[in-house]
Amino acid sequence: MSAPAAHAADHGGGHGFWRTYVFSQDHKVIGIQYGITALLFLLFGFTLMMIMRWQLAYPGQSIPLIGGLLGDSRAPDGIMLPEFYNQLGAMHGTIMVFLGVVPLAVGAFGNYVMPLQIGAPDMAFPKLNMMSYWIYAVGGLTMLSSFLLPGGSAASGWTSYAPLSVIATTGQTVWLFGMVCLITSSLLGSVNFITTIFQLRAKGLSFMRLPFFVWAQLVTSFLLLLAFPPLEAAGVLQLMDRLAGTSFFMPSGLVVSGQPLANSGGGNPLLWQHLFWFLAHPEVYVLILPAMGIVAEIIANNTRKPLWGYRSMVYASVFLGFMSFIVWAHHMFLTGMGTAISSFFQATTMIISVPSIVILTALFLSLWGGSIRFTTPMLFALAFLPMFGIGGLTGLPLGLAPADIHLHDTYYVIGHFHYVVAPGTLLALFGGIYYWFPKVTGRRMNDVLGKIHFWLSFVFLNCVFMPMFIQGLAGVSRRLYDGGAMYAHAQGVMHLNVFMSVAAWCLGLAQIPFIVNFFWSMKKGKPVVANHWEATTLDWAATSSPPLAHGNFTVVPEVHRGPYEYSVPGDGRDYVPQNAPAEAH
Amino acid sequence: MEIPYTVDPRPDTGVYNAKLGIWLFLASEVMLFGALFSSYVLLRVGAVSWPHGYEHLNIPLATVNTVVLISSSVTMVMAWASLATGSFRRYRIYMGSTVALACVFLVIKGFEYAAKFEHGLYPSESTFIAIYFTLTGLHALHIVGGIVVNSYLLGPGSAMWQTDPRRFTNRVEVAGLYWHFVDLVWIFLFPVLYLL
Amino acid sequence: MDTANAENVRKQVRVYVTVFAALMALTIITVTISTFHLDPPAAIAVALLIASVKASLVAAYFMHLISEKKLIYAALGLTAVFFLVLLFLPVSHFADRGL
Repeated sequence: MSAPAAHAADHGGGHGFWRTYVFSQDHKVIGIQYGITALLFLLFGFTLMMIMRWQLAYPGQSIPLIGGLLGDSRAPDGIMLPEFYNQLGAMHGTIMVFLGVVPLAVGAFGNYVMPLQIGAPDMAFPKLNMMSYWIYAVGGLTMLSSFLLPGGSAASGWTSYAPLSVIATTGQTVWLFGMVCLITSSLLGSVNFITTIFQLRAKGLSFMRLPFFVWAQLVTSFLLLLAFPPLEAAGVLQLMDRLAGTSFFMPSGLVVSGQPLANSGGGNPLLWQHLFWFLAHPEVYVLILPAMGIVAEIIANNTRKPLWGYRSMVYASVFLGFMSFIVWAHHMFLTGMGTAISSFFQATTMIISVPSIVILTALFLSLWGGSIRFTTPMLFALAFLPMFGIGGLTGLPLGLAPADIHLHDTYYVIGHFHYVVAPGTLLALFGGIYYWFPKVTGRRMNDVLGKIHFWLSFVFLNCVFMPMFIQGLAGVSRRLYDGGAMYAHAQGVMHLNVFMSVAAWCLGLAQIPFIVNFFWSMKKGKPVVANHWEATTLDWAATSSPPLAHGNFTVVPEVHRGPYEYSVPGDGRDYVPQNAPAEAH
Repeated sequence: MEIPYTVDPRPDTGVYNAKLGIWLFLASEVMLFGALFSSYVLLRVGAVSWPHGYEHLNIPLATVNTVVLISSSVTMVMAWASLATGSFRRYRIYMGSTVALACVFLVIKGFEYAAKFEHGLYPSESTFIAIYFTLTGLHALHIVGGIVVNSYLLGPGSAMWQTDPRRFTNRVEVAGLYWHFVDLVWIFLFPVLYLL
Repeated sequence: MDTANAENVRKQVRVYVTVFAALMALTIITVTISTFHLDPPAAIAVALLIASVKASLVAAYFMHLISEKKLIYAALGLTAVFFLVLLFLPVSHFADRGL
C-alpha cells in the first residue's frame, strides 16, 4: 500500500517505457509531467529575474559570475544592454504566467488531483490530455529557444503592445507562435476538465458535495475556455501585421527611426490592448482560483472542521468568474477612453472585489474554533491569507481610475500583482506540493526542511515586494532598465533597489532546501499510509501512489456526504471520509 | 480501463462525453471568430473610409460557395441520419458528398484568392482586404480541418462501424456538429464581408 | 445517441430537407436585397437579420439544438453573453470620445 512511484512500472498495463512514462494517457503521469516541467520553467523564469535585479541594484556594473558568458549582443563586458533587460522582463513575465504558474496550478494539480477527488478512473478524454501536455512542452521550449536568435527573444513586455511589438525583432514572432501552442494546449485542457467534472463524478457526488478545489478548477476552466480564444485571434492578427504587412494594429502615419512605415495604416493599437486584456484579466483569476482551492483543502484538513461558508465560497467563485470577463479595461484607464466607459469598468472592478473578499473571509473564519495542526502545508496555507489580503487591497487604488492615473505603470502595480501571485499563489502551490506529495509518492517530505523553506521564503518574499509600493507611490515607472536611477523624483527611493535585489537572491537560495527535499524524499522519504493527513475527500481514499492505467481506486467510490465532515459529534474519529458507508455514524 | 459515458448518455446531464466536449469546443470557437468580428467592427467604425464588399469581392462566386457549404451541411446531417437508421452504404455516399463539396468550396476559394493576387490585392493593401483575408483564411483552415476529420471517418475510421456501431455514430454526430459550426460562421461571414 | 430511434430519425430527414430549401431561399433573398444598395444602417440590419434566421435554422435543426439538454443551453447562453460583450464593448471605448 505504501509502494513508492517506482513500483508503478509493474502496473503499467503492459505498455513499454515510452507509452507508460512519456506518451502516457494516464492523468496522474500527465499531472506529474506538467508539474516537473512547470517547476523547471518557474526556476528558469526566476533566474531571469535574479539577473535583472543585479542591473536594478547596480546599474551599469558588470554582472558577476555569468556576465562574461552572455556575449556582446546581450552584455558587452558583462554590462547588461537595455535591449537585453527588456528581453529578460518580457520573458520573465511570459514564462512565469504561461509556462510556470498556470501549468502547475491547473495542469499539474488539476490533472492529478481533480479526477481523484471526483472518484473518476481518469479524465474524459485521455488522448486529448496527453496532447495538451505535449503541445505545452513544445510551445514552452519554442519560447525559450527565442533567446538564441540574433535579435534575442521577445522584448515588448509580456503584454506585447502594438506598435512596438509589431516592429520588434524576430523573437516576437517566435513568442506569438509559442503563444498559439500554449493557448491550444490550454483550450484542449479546459474542454477536458469541464467535461470530466460534469460527466465523471462518482455516484452520490452532487455539485454541492464537491470539494472546493474542484469548484475552483471548474470555474478556472470556463475562464480559460472562453477568454483565451480572443488572444489567439489577436496573436494571428499580430502575426499578420509582422509577416504579411497588414495594419490591424498600426495607425496611419507611423514613423520609425525617421522613416515612415511602408504599410497601409488605418489600424488601431488599442484593438490589441482590448483583445489582449480580454484574456489577461480573466487570466489573473486563473492564477488565483486554483490556489484558493488548494488553501481551502489544506485549511479544512488542518483545522479538523468543515469550511465556514462553503456555499458562499462556491457562489462567490462562480460570480467572480462571470465578473472577470467584464473588468478588463481597468488596465487601460490611461488610453484616453471616454468617461462613460471608464466609469463602467471602474464600477465592475469594484464589484469584483466583493466575491474575492467573501472567499478570503470565509477562509479566515474557517480557522475560528478549529483544532489547528501546524503542519508544513498548513503554514503555507495560513500565510496565503494575509498575503492575498495585501495583494487584493493594493489592487483597489489601481481599480479606481483617478488613483490609477498616478499609479499606472509604476512599481506599485508590480508590487500589487506580485503579492497576489508570489506570496499568494506560489505559497499556496508550495503548500499543495507538501500536501499531496504523500499521495503521489507514498512518502512524506521532510518537515524540518519544509519549515525552513517556508519561513525563509515568506520573509524574503515580503522583503522583495513590499518596498515596491513605496517606489511606486514615489512615481518610479516600471520597465526602466536602470531601476529609475536617472530620474530626480526616484532618487529618494533608489536605495531600496539594493535591498530588494539582495532579498531576491536570498529568496533564490531559500529554494534549495525545497529542491533537495523534493528529490531526496521521493526515494528516501518516510513511507506513509494512503490517508496520511486523515482527510475526508476522495483523493485520500485512493490507494497510495495510485498505480498507473489500473484505475485509481480499489473499490469504485460512492459518496454519502459532504466534503468536509470533520469532528462530527458522536463519531469515534475526528473525520468521516466522503465515501464511508452511509451508516458509518 | 473504461471511461464511463463515452457511448451512453449520463442520466443527470443527458449527454455523452464527446457531445459535451464538442459543444464546449464550439463555444471557444464562437469566442475566436467573435474576436475577429469584434476587430472588424472596431476597425470599420474607426476607418476614414471603408469599401463596400461589391467593390472588391466576387459576390456571385461567394454565393455559389454559400450554396455549396449549406449543401455540405445537409449531406453531413444525412450521413449521421443514415448511420442512426442503420445504413452504412448511404452513410458512405453522404459523407463522401460532404467531403467532395468541402473540396469544391476550397477550390472556389482558391480561384477567389488567385484573382485578388492578380489584381495586386494583398492583405497589406488595406485593413478591409487584411480582415477579408484573415477571416476567410482562418475559416478555410477550419474547412481543411473538417475535411481531414471527415475523410478519416469515411476511410480508416469507419472500421469502428463493425466493432462499435453506436460509438461510431456518436463520432459522426460530433464531427457533424463541428461541420455545421463551420457552415454557421460562413453564414455570417458572407453577408458581413461581401454584401455590406 | 440521444435522438435515438430510427423512426424519429426518418421523420427528421423531412425536416432537414425543408430547412435546406429555406436556407437556399434566404440566401437568394439576402443577395438580391444587397443589390438594392440600401443605406448602411438598413443594409446591416437586414443582412444580419437574415443571417441570424439562417444560422438559427442550422443550429436548431442540423445541430439538434432545438431538443438539446439544459447543460448545453447553459454553456451556450454564457458564451452568447460574453460574445456580445466582446463584440460591443471595445468599440464603445470611443463612444463619448470620438475616434
